Amino acid sequence: MARNKTYPDFDAAVADIPDGAVIAIGGFAGPGTPYNLIAALARRGAKRLTCIANTTGGAHKPRMPDIGMLVENGQVAKVICSFTAATRASDVLPFTKYYESGEVEAEIVPQGTLAERLRAAGAGIPAFYTPTAVGTELAEGRETREINGRRYLLEYALPVDFAFIRAARADAVGNLRFHRSQRNFNPLMAMAAKTTIVEVEEDILPAGAIDADDVHTMGLVVHRLIRVPPPPMGLWTRKREAAR
Amino acid sequence: MSWTRMQMAERLVREFQDGWVVNLGVGMPTMIADVPMGDRDIIFHAENGVIGYGAVCAPGTEDLNLVNAGGQNVVLNPGASIVHHADSFALIRGGRMDVTVMGAYEVAANGDFANWKLKGAKGGGIGGAMDLAASAQRVFIMLEHRTRDGASRLLPRCSLPITAAGVVTLVVTDLGLFAPSGEGFALRDLAPGVTLEEVRAATACPIIA
Repeated sequence: MARNKTYPDFDAAVADIPDGAVIAIGGFAGPGTPYNLIAALARRGAKRLTCIANTTGGAHKPRMPDIGMLVENGQVAKVICSFTAATRASDVLPFTKYYESGEVEAEIVPQGTLAERLRAAGAGIPAFYTPTAVGTELAEGRETREINGRRYLLEYALPVDFAFIRAARADAVGNLRFHRSQRNFNPLMAMAAKTTIVEVEEDILPAGAIDADDVHTMGLVVHRLIRVPPPPMGLWTRKREAAR
Repeated sequence: MSWTRMQMAERLVREFQDGWVVNLGVGMPTMIADVPMGDRDIIFHAENGVIGYGAVCAPGTEDLNLVNAGGQNVVLNPGASIVHHADSFALIRGGRMDVTVMGAYEVAANGDFANWKLKGAKGGGIGGAMDLAASAQRVFIMLEHRTRDGASRLLPRCSLPITAAGVVTLVVTDLGLFAPSGEGFALRDLAPGVTLEEVRAATACPIIA
């Protein structure tokens, strides 16, 4: 009998996250973002966290649960993101003032390098060379190497304690399917993490209901599943529903 | 007279060749997906792993879990596919983007460009720009020729931290189409009603006509 990984609610699923944990949070521009788990982590209140995600959260309304909120809550020591400021001067991320005042540390990482550092961590590869960022400020003082006539920058794997991800569908053993661009960083973070926690949009299916050929992320790297309740009970079922 | 942003997009699209895989960045370049491609078969790639997307959705028809790099809800064209971020950037670093089109703050005669960090800022926004700039076959830049204060965005060397060194192939501005040539920019096309003298007066380095 396979172990059922379903948790009753979001708070139970994040109850053991300790101070100082490294948390990877999936999502790209909305799709695949585990808003409910971020909100639960804010309620949990664990501190000195390192948060890994594509961005720290948007400058736009409606405000969704994001790393910026955890920062405002005093829970974050460091973020590792491909955006630590908006590209438009008129947009100011909620996170930015905490970064500029030195309350929070940040490491900016090109998006493909961020993805590959997570992939490497999940794949047992400690480091790799990439052509990305060679010749830029990001490469200053760091190890580069010429291979076959081209210069590459050394990048290290990025292991994770807890991954927060969101999927469309799951079975009881944690096999996952994502819908459309919901996939983004989520499968990589699941692979990179010691513990993967998933908020699931549809009712959790019995084991075997997702055919083995159709699995995007294998249940082997998924530990906790929480069904997102339908609105109005479950907030943020879809980003735009909150706006309507 | 000069080109509107849509006309800038249309002018760049004339450079696309049949069969190209085209990556579109955030901002101005997203308009390119709305330009008719004629009988050319063009595949749009978004860094979040969407390959073969099309126009922005009509209101009410969106799939809220499907966005392009700019977070816009788009349609999938027949034959589209979706992969995770590591595969998406493997395609990019693997050299499979025939061109990436990006916005920028500055572009330089030596082929450098800057689009991730503003003057005096501690943080920045890189997104996929450094990966794309380093490894796409061509880098096309779309930007206004001058800042709001009238300063040239086409420079001998970038003043802001660069995104990649020596990679820019073509630059379209409201005034014309240019190619970095080392010491200046080679003029490829002028917007209607714009004179060579006006372009030279608006540019902080030589224009080779």
